Amino acid sequence: MQPDQPRSLSPHLRRLEAEGIAILRETAASFRNPVLLYSIGKDSSVVLHLAMKAFAPGRIPFPLLHIATGWDFRAMLEFRDRRAAELNAKLIVHTNPDGLARGIGPITHGSQVHMDVMGTQALRQALDMGGYDAAIGGARRDEEKARAKERVFSHRAPGYVWEPRGQRPELWGLYNTRIAAGESMRVFPISNWTEFDVWDYIAAEQIPVVPLYFAAKRPMLRRSGALIMRDDERMPLEPGEQVEEMWVRFRTMGDWPLTGAHESRAETMEQVLDELRLSRVSERHGRLIDNDQEASMERKKREGYF
Amino acid sequence: MDGTTLSRGLLRLLTCGSVDDGKSTLIGRLLYDSQMIMEDTLAAITRDSRKHGTVGEDVDLALLVDGLEAERQQGITIDVAYRFFTTPKRSFIVADCPGHEQYTRNMATGASNCELAIILVDARKGLLTQTRRHSYICSLLGIRHVVLAVNKIDLVNFDQQVFDRIVGEYATFAAGLGFHTMVPIPVSGRFGDNVSARSGNTPWYRGETLLEHLESVSVEEELTQIPFRFPVQWVNRPNQDFRGFSGTVASGAVALGEKLVVAASGVTSQVTRILGPAGEQERATAGDAITICLADEVDVARGDVLAPMADRPAVADQFAAHVLWMDEEPLLPGRQYMMRIGNLWTTASVTTLKHRVDVTTLDHQSATRLSLNEIGLCNLSTAQRVPMDPYAQNRLTGAFILVDRFTNRTAGCGMINFALHRATNVHHEHFLVDKAARAAALGQKPMVLWFTGLSGSGKSTVAKLVEQALHRAGRHTYSLDGDNLRHGLNRDLGFTDQDRVENIRRVGEVAKLMVDAGLIVLASFISPFRAERQMVREMLGEGEFLEVFVDTPIEVCMERDVKGLYAKAKRGEIANFTGVTSPYEPPEAADVVLDGSGPSAEALAQQVLELIERRMSST
Repeated sequence: MQPDQPRSLSPHLRRLEAEGIAILRETAASFRNPVLLYSIGKDSSVVLHLAMKAFAPGRIPFPLLHIATGWDFRAMLEFRDRRAAELNAKLIVHTNPDGLARGIGPITHGSQVHMDVMGTQALRQALDMGGYDAAIGGARRDEEKARAKERVFSHRAPGYVWEPRGQRPELWGLYNTRIAAGESMRVFPISNWTEFDVWDYIAAEQIPVVPLYFAAKRPMLRRSGALIMRDDERMPLEPGEQVEEMWVRFRTMGDWPLTGAHESRAETMEQVLDELRLSRVSERHGRLIDNDQEASMERKKREGYF
Repeated sequence: MDGTTLSRGLLRLLTCGSVDDGKSTLIGRLLYDSQMIMEDTLAAITRDSRKHGTVGEDVDLALLVDGLEAERQQGITIDVAYRFFTTPKRSFIVADCPGHEQYTRNMATGASNCELAIILVDARKGLLTQTRRHSYICSLLGIRHVVLAVNKIDLVNFDQQVFDRIVGEYATFAAGLGFHTMVPIPVSGRFGDNVSARSGNTPWYRGETLLEHLESVSVEEELTQIPFRFPVQWVNRPNQDFRGFSGTVASGAVALGEKLVVAASGVTSQVTRILGPAGEQERATAGDAITICLADEVDVARGDVLAPMADRPAVADQFAAHVLWMDEEPLLPGRQYMMRIGNLWTTASVTTLKHRVDVTTLDHQSATRLSLNEIGLCNLSTAQRVPMDPYAQNRLTGAFILVDRFTNRTAGCGMINFALHRATNVHHEHFLVDKAARAAALGQKPMVLWFTGLSGSGKSTVAKLVEQALHRAGRHTYSLDGDNLRHGLNRDLGFTDQDRVENIRRVGEVAKLMVDAGLIVLASFISPFRAERQMVREMLGEGEFLEVFVDTPIEVCMERDVKGLYAKAKRGEIANFTGVTSPYEPPEAADVVLDGSGPSAEALAQQVLELIERRMSST
């Protein structure tokens, strides 16, 4: 990241920031044992930044949880460990041990099985082990249609099941945080932010993000219409395929074999913002898992995928 | 999408109307026209249009916003959804609210956070019950700016007379709703007439397009001009050297050095520090998330409200409010609910349901309960005194939600009209001889043994045996029995749900007086609802309420049918008979469960006596 000049927040961002801080404080005040789901992406980075502000001068009163699938970009893991150390935060990393033993991966088993075992099931295991009653995440309503209806405090029945009809109305920010034993809550402090707001805020507040968001020359592979960065040797080359050095950046973070890049020369924050202003393609376009089947996100959500 | 050139800031609006009025299509049109739709999304809905769409070969813009699989299949929007779009002049959050009758609660949810409402009317159908209902809810929830979008104007041949007639009717209806602006616009969501571009089909319409109006309308509430209110959300105490009160400024402004009062306790102190998201600041205004430090070690907890000395909120445990009911289970006066106002949770119940509002005519009707989607004017009573403002003066300190104590569902929402000061004039009398003194004189621990179970389960039989044994042992007892009380104190009550609630409330109060007198009370009541048994438990002191569940299967009760009531109920001669035509909710954690189908009544009584013995000998 190139250093940009810090700038003051627009009234719009100030309002979103205040709302996010209020939601985080509400979570800390209302739940016995919350956890922040830290996915290392830009949205998580914003939530983490808001959490630092919400509880200053104190420390963040809950741990960070990262679900590592075994296929995370190496740059993400390096960034994660560096940030956790800088912030002196408690970081918990969990990988599904059964999936690991069975060698589950996106290349051998396909994206659906991989995300189910190493993503959804791993998250459930980690939530069970920690006994968390509230899990804070960085999902936004503008990301996808199924998320547009998501509550800020999203109620989960035992087993983390999301039932569209069981969701509680949210009036005036008077959140109903009451849950029975075995139930839990997912909390989304940046529900009302758009992708642009996130970048605008990251730029204004100079929040560190994974370098993959900025353009660089990277070893790329073209496969099924997507640009995949071959982050290690586990992805065999098919006949005729070859790795070429290209200027690319990523718009979302995920497992490297499932995350498409696009060609870009946006090396600085301001250049990324300029690129976004002109973009005519949606953010999740580069995510190979969402396009599996129609309404796939809603189905994943019901099953407990974040 | 440049966030820095916005001149008017954010507008939160909601759309409401009936099923098929075309809300989703209109929002889809706004998103499409403001170029918020990305190419891949458009390609996906073009594909979906062939599968689910209702507009033939065109792209069905409603598919941009109808998110969930179920509603795509049913063709209706079943939940509130939030959409975001930005024009060079303003950014918008749209709450897409359902028109389906049973989802009125979602509309109220959307309205609670919005400044403007677009009320959609299908030009072919004119005003419907739902149009009136939604307009009234908008008004009740404090929305002051309305756009009347007369949609599908293409389907009435862009006829000005149709438009004028609908606008005239609506203006008459809405006259009493307190809207500051009401702007009617003829539109076609499907073809885009007067949405973002002026239509050549409606030369008779000279007003703004919908988008022009949304970009220019001024809705700035003078939130900073009304008195300072700071509901404390979280006490920040990381170490011995720092103690701050975190929260979001609900209204007004505060500056360093100002004197504040803790509304409920009346304790005052001075602001020494204000910490904002960017560090120390000298003042803060409505909407700011801050942490305040005070000069003195005052007692402040989550739920307290900090306010200026000279302009405090009312603090009361009784108040009048409009309640909008959102739960399948109706609101019953006397039943206790959890209430959240600001950051404070307490228990509350409706003491008087003054009237229900007919949302079509706005007439007042008498009512004994509020069902799903009904609105009523109520007096409420809370377990503790709470700070509050009238909703019309402050949307954030005058609003509350009611939560079902057992399901935790958000069951209702309320807007406070005014605090009732009766309570402050009726003080409790304190006597020198108190409960402890009377109990000591009798040499026993006062308590209530609450026998609950179906009619014919054996409650009274066991209670009688227990009382005889206690009496023999020299204990001072009294029996309260459902049938006996219904001949006297409760003779005015029937067997509807709300009368059952009141019946138990009165019994609870009587039992409480008797416990105060030092007695061991044996109360035998079917008391079918958990909520009321819980209510009585909470009227009494810790450990004074012992729930005895006489668990006899209904088949056994029917078989016994000592009073011949089951036979009558089965013949339909008794309405609302527990177990037959009215529900019984078994206790989840009774202090003792008696198997009413097996052992003898004497053996069951022995179990209860052992419970009493344990209670007597505990400290």
